[in-house]
Amino acid sequence: MKALAPLTIVNGRLVLSQGEPVTGAIRCEGDRIVALGADIAPQDGDRVIDAMGKLIAPGLVDLGVFAIDKPACHFGGITRAALMPDQGTVLDKPSAVRFAARSGKPDLWVHPLAAATRDLAGGDIAELALMRDAGARAVATGRRWIADSGTMHRLLSYCAMLGLTVVSHAEDGGLTGPAVATASEMATRLGLPSAPAEAEALAVARDLALAELTGARLHFRQVTTRAALNLVRAAKARGLQVSAGVTPAHFMLSDNAIGDFRTFTRLSPPLRTEADRQAVLEALADGTIEVIGSGHDPRGPEDKRLPFADAEPGMAGAETLLALTLGLVRDGVIDTPRAFALLATNPAALLGVDAGRLEAGLQADIAVIDPAKPWVVDSDKMAATAGNTPFDKQGVEGRVLHLFKGGAPVG
Amino acid sequence: MTSSNLTRTGRYPAGSAAFPHRDLIALAGLAPWELLFLLDEAEQWVEHNRAAHKRNDRLAGLTIINAFFENSTRTLLSFEIAGKRLGADVVNMQVAQSSVKKGETLIDTAMTLNAMHADAMVIRHQSSGAVGLIAEKVDCPVLNAGDGQHEHPTQGLLDALTIRHAKGDFSGLKVTICGDILHSRVARSNIHCLTTLGADVRVCAPPALMPAGIEALKVTPFHDFDAALAGADVVMMLRLQQERMSGQFIPSPREYRHLYGLTLERLAKAAPDALVMHPGPMNRGIEIDSNVADLPGRSAITTQVEMGVAIRMACLDVLTRRARGVEGWA
Repeated sequence: MKALAPLTIVNGRLVLSQGEPVTGAIRCEGDRIVALGADIAPQDGDRVIDAMGKLIAPGLVDLGVFAIDKPACHFGGITRAALMPDQGTVLDKPSAVRFAARSGKPDLWVHPLAAATRDLAGGDIAELALMRDAGARAVATGRRWIADSGTMHRLLSYCAMLGLTVVSHAEDGGLTGPAVATASEMATRLGLPSAPAEAEALAVARDLALAELTGARLHFRQVTTRAALNLVRAAKARGLQVSAGVTPAHFMLSDNAIGDFRTFTRLSPPLRTEADRQAVLEALADGTIEVIGSGHDPRGPEDKRLPFADAEPGMAGAETLLALTLGLVRDGVIDTPRAFALLATNPAALLGVDAGRLEAGLQADIAVIDPAKPWVVDSDKMAATAGNTPFDKQGVEGRVLHLFKGGAPVG
Repeated sequence: MTSSNLTRTGRYPAGSAAFPHRDLIALAGLAPWELLFLLDEAEQWVEHNRAAHKRNDRLAGLTIINAFFENSTRTLLSFEIAGKRLGADVVNMQVAQSSVKKGETLIDTAMTLNAMHADAMVIRHQSSGAVGLIAEKVDCPVLNAGDGQHEHPTQGLLDALTIRHAKGDFSGLKVTICGDILHSRVARSNIHCLTTLGADVRVCAPPALMPAGIEALKVTPFHDFDAALAGADVVMMLRLQQERMSGQFIPSPREYRHLYGLTLERLAKAAPDALVMHPGPMNRGIEIDSNVADLPGRSAITTQVEMGVAIRMACLDVLTRRARGVEGWA
């Protein structure tokens, strides 16, 4: 590949880990950031991009996605994505991991999450060390939790030894059964199979106890209820290596959104009550939640144009991740540096990849973002392979103007 | 039965404004006068069906498809008789659940039926929301004959009509619905219908069969059947859905009967003239004893079946008025 000239993005507001964004420029050579700050100027021969006073931010690190969907990721400013192991060929073998790790390059780096158990069946532990050395950045239980506490115990102790974070899905399967909604007035009105929201706290409580026992690093990909968030908050206060994530669906929507049986709002875990949505916002504000991911799971009509309970869960979320998170900044829930900590810095740290922040020496994964640019989410016109967004026809603000992966323009 | 003085409450607008909906998917959200309009429309058919000559040609030349994706005997038969008494050409399509694959097949089936230019479709499906989904895809009026655990609107209406014939008015009427509320679309339609019409509805079930947040539907929940029965004007028993039980919701049928079976002794706790209802099919000796189910002057179980045909005739008539160009509806 022909070497690109050095890149300088000028006249922007640099998103740094602390404080409000500072006016300045960022300069990259090859695939690396070499300098950034107020006094940086382009040199002769540089490609120069004028950020026109907009944000210069790290490319988003999305933990995690169910499909490698480059157009959607690039639309949303995502330069790295952690791929969930729930694939057509489950990521439970080194060969599958190795293939997945290469699949997005050069313009989208995919960080595979190794299946915790063979075929994600919750039984036999998969070849985690081999998969780690094939490029897996963490271990995940996939869409389901591991029901057997003995298996989970052995998994966590093994991963503690290997230095791999375990990404868990926190829903007690025995309590959820065939549920597709949270037990609530709405599920009762619609006559949908539902389960108590406490299924999440039950799973979180068990996994926390086992993490404490084993010293494992544990990440709950989605924590969506007050009871479970309280458990995570207390565990962090005790010093456990535990973290929690969420997708925009659970801070934007309550289960009122499933009225009319709209299958684009069929998610896993299901949408919760308004009180739990408020708890998620509080946890974002106080730092209990450290990651916002897209959960990107594009699903076509064959999975979604069905009765609600028969539809597959999941939403196409990569395109709306950034704008909906910036909505939290506008609403005063979080500030700009923290938005990008949630979207890039923290997930990168969890995955153990040196990325997700603007710093000399790192890969030049950079997004130029207009945080105030308005647009309307339209499920018929998505970049994603399917338009199953629960935010259809909703007006949002925040759009990527330029995106660079390793200094090269993408999207 | 005193129907003559009950006909035509007249508390609704003229013409299509009385029922400005193409489909009948749910009773939730319908105004009191919309419900009363359908009940009033059914009264003529109650009389009509009791006469020797039962044929009316109001729907002559129309094609009605009864598409049942879930097994049914009595509801299907009731809709078929209703359509035929009105002179329509009625076609039944019974799809065994096993032969219908999920996925596009449901929509494809709906599109196929739509292409045959039916004038109305009556649909039953095992998934909540499925009938509404089909209704979005077809060009003719759709009647929900039961969708999963969501609604069974004609059952709610026929129960209301049965109650009105026996009790006259709904206002303040104490109605106790007992049984598997969680899995029951009949319970939901009855709750919406009866609370909208002013009745005081109590629901009674063991905790595992009581849906979350049921109070929000403006009913009073009970676990103690005796307490729920105290002073009730109407006792509506639901079928114990044994196919869903397998020991998970209640320990055994006989234990269920011990706590929730309607016996003569228990019925005595209700009002002296309390009406006994059951949507059928009954499990005699489990949720209802035979001597209660057959109690003369008190059991309205066969009346419910009779009212069912009248209600379904009214619904088919009303929903096809636009297509038939009826004055005030076209």
